[in-house]
Amino acid sequence: MERFAEIIAAHAGREGALLPILHDVQAAFGHVPEEAERAIAAALNLSRAEVHGVVSFYHDFHAEADARPVLKLCRAEACQARGVEALAAALPEQNRVKVETVYCLGLCSVGPNAMVGDKVHARLDGAKLAALVESLA
Amino acid sequence: MTVTVRISDDALALACGADEVAAAFAKAGCTVERVSSWGMHWLEPLAEIDGEGFGPLTVDDVPAVLTGTSPLGIGPIADHPFIARQQRFTFARAGKTRPLNLGDYAASGGWAGLRKAHDIGAEATIAEVTASGLRGRGGAGFPAGIKWITVAKAKAAQKYVVCNADEGDSATFADRMVMEGDPFMLIEGMAIAAYAVGATRGYVYIRSEYPHAIAKMEAAVRACAHIIAPFVLEVRTGAGAYVCGEETSLLNSLEGKRGEVRAKPPLPALEGLFGKPTVVNNVLTLAAVPWILAHGGTAYAAVGFGRSKGTMPIQLAGNVKHGGLFEVGFGITLGELVNAVGGGTASGRPVRAVQVGGPLGAYHPPSDFHLPFDYESFAAADGLIGHAGLTVFDDTADMSAQARFAMAFCAAESCGKCTPCRIGSTRGVELIDRIRARAPRTADAVERLPQTHNARKGARTLAEEITLLEDLCETMKFGSLCALGGFTPYPVLSALRHWPEDFGADFGTVASADAAE
Repeated sequence: MERFAEIIAAHAGREGALLPILHDVQAAFGHVPEEAERAIAAALNLSRAEVHGVVSFYHDFHAEADARPVLKLCRAEACQARGVEALAAALPEQNRVKVETVYCLGLCSVGPNAMVGDKVHARLDGAKLAALVESLA
Repeated sequence: MTVTVRISDDALALACGADEVAAAFAKAGCTVERVSSWGMHWLEPLAEIDGEGFGPLTVDDVPAVLTGTSPLGIGPIADHPFIARQQRFTFARAGKTRPLNLGDYAASGGWAGLRKAHDIGAEATIAEVTASGLRGRGGAGFPAGIKWITVAKAKAAQKYVVCNADEGDSATFADRMVMEGDPFMLIEGMAIAAYAVGATRGYVYIRSEYPHAIAKMEAAVRACAHIIAPFVLEVRTGAGAYVCGEETSLLNSLEGKRGEVRAKPPLPALEGLFGKPTVVNNVLTLAAVPWILAHGGTAYAAVGFGRSKGTMPIQLAGNVKHGGLFEVGFGITLGELVNAVGGGTASGRPVRAVQVGGPLGAYHPPSDFHLPFDYESFAAADGLIGHAGLTVFDDTADMSAQARFAMAFCAAESCGKCTPCRIGSTRGVELIDRIRARAPRTADAVERLPQTHNARKGARTLAEEITLLEDLCETMKFGSLCALGGFTPYPVLSALRHWPEDFGADFGTVASADAAE
């Protein structure tokens, strides 16, 4: 609870503070717990429903924690044109790494692309992608 | 005398291994400067030594480059045909300066536009932008000068300048390249806009998928806060919602709300962020402003085609041999871009389709290659240039699958506010699935009941399913609140019109052609 209060206090007085607060909560806890929604709602004079509505709207905020490492694989048109769908289909079944779909990393001339944390990877082929997933597991 | 090697630290170069190559040069005793990217992406990581380029490099290529025996040399970079045939206004510094170096920025003409604006006054500044004919580069093409006048004339204690850096369209990366390669130029453009309209606060709303751009912009804003004062600028991070690239949902997101689209009017120019008059412009629009002020609106308007003035940073992406950033005056044809500049497909197979303008843009067949690149010509061909991203597909592309993806993408990213987009997109996916499976809808259990006399008992024909898809697209196009639902029909209908064979051969042009034989 103190951690929520700290995060909220760090954004006190900012215009439109809700998204910056939620980003910090998501980063600190890996998800936005219900208690955080209550604390934020009280601090920003919002209803919990309003806060929950925002949390559930955005792909970046998660209601449940997931401890697995995440690989974001771009499956938008430019990467499709460079064969990402075949790569995704050939990816070995595994449950240790969460392979998330992302629509566009802005590296559209050198796809297929993926991102792990803040690190971006381009020109992936089946072997490179499999090795990348394996390195996270 | 150590050798100075210049390598980009743009996210795309990093993704291709630029850090490792830079470290190898440093280890070999070279001085390494991290600069912006030239935009020749097929050559990344590209190293520049005394103006000569080498790429694409791996760590293993470094010794040969230093001994002068590398086969990867491309000669003087500035003379490379890809660079030489461009008209770089917005990307004039690309490849040449260190992104966060204020000295490099000032030495290459930085802040001249802002100084000029202060010299000539707010009204004349807007007049220059109006004279330049600059239109919103986010896709809508609305004249920037008119938007600025509206905000300038609005009476309010607080006004805002908001930069839309939520570059979510596939095939677009010019915004990212500006923010990572020349962040001070964008900040200068925003400061000019703020001065012109009387705004004191500004926000750059950057999508969370661009961590490198966010870091560079935050550092740049800190570094030049004293130069743009009293204007106060802040970087805000999106949260993975494509629809927040739509200006009104972006404003809601900045306010800390769900990124739902607002009905217009009221225009954001009058009631925007927190209900205050707000300039909302795309990165490329604002980034074009310093050049326009420094060189004059008429100089900018001298380049271009028809009502599309100036240059457009065009992004060549997808299955293209020479992908990258190509800034040129409007009017170049689509075919020149794809074949002469882009070199055709990376796979070496024939081009089947080019999607212009991102996920909401139409698919164009090679028979459209004569189209000049400008807003009106593409609109007349049932397309749009959008944010000027081109995705090239070779002949292995399945166009009904691409049409299905357009609907699925809309369903995934719809904000849910209006019905045609929220529900129409899901019905569209189901409909295209049935068409692809050649399994038209049959009567359901209720329709088959004897008491539902007026319900149709038989299955639909494929032609009827196609007509239904066209009707659905019509509803989405005219009934949606914003471009997400409104423009999703562009890729769907263009795929249907140009590649009917991918949707089943027994309807439309293919069917009649068969009958004629």
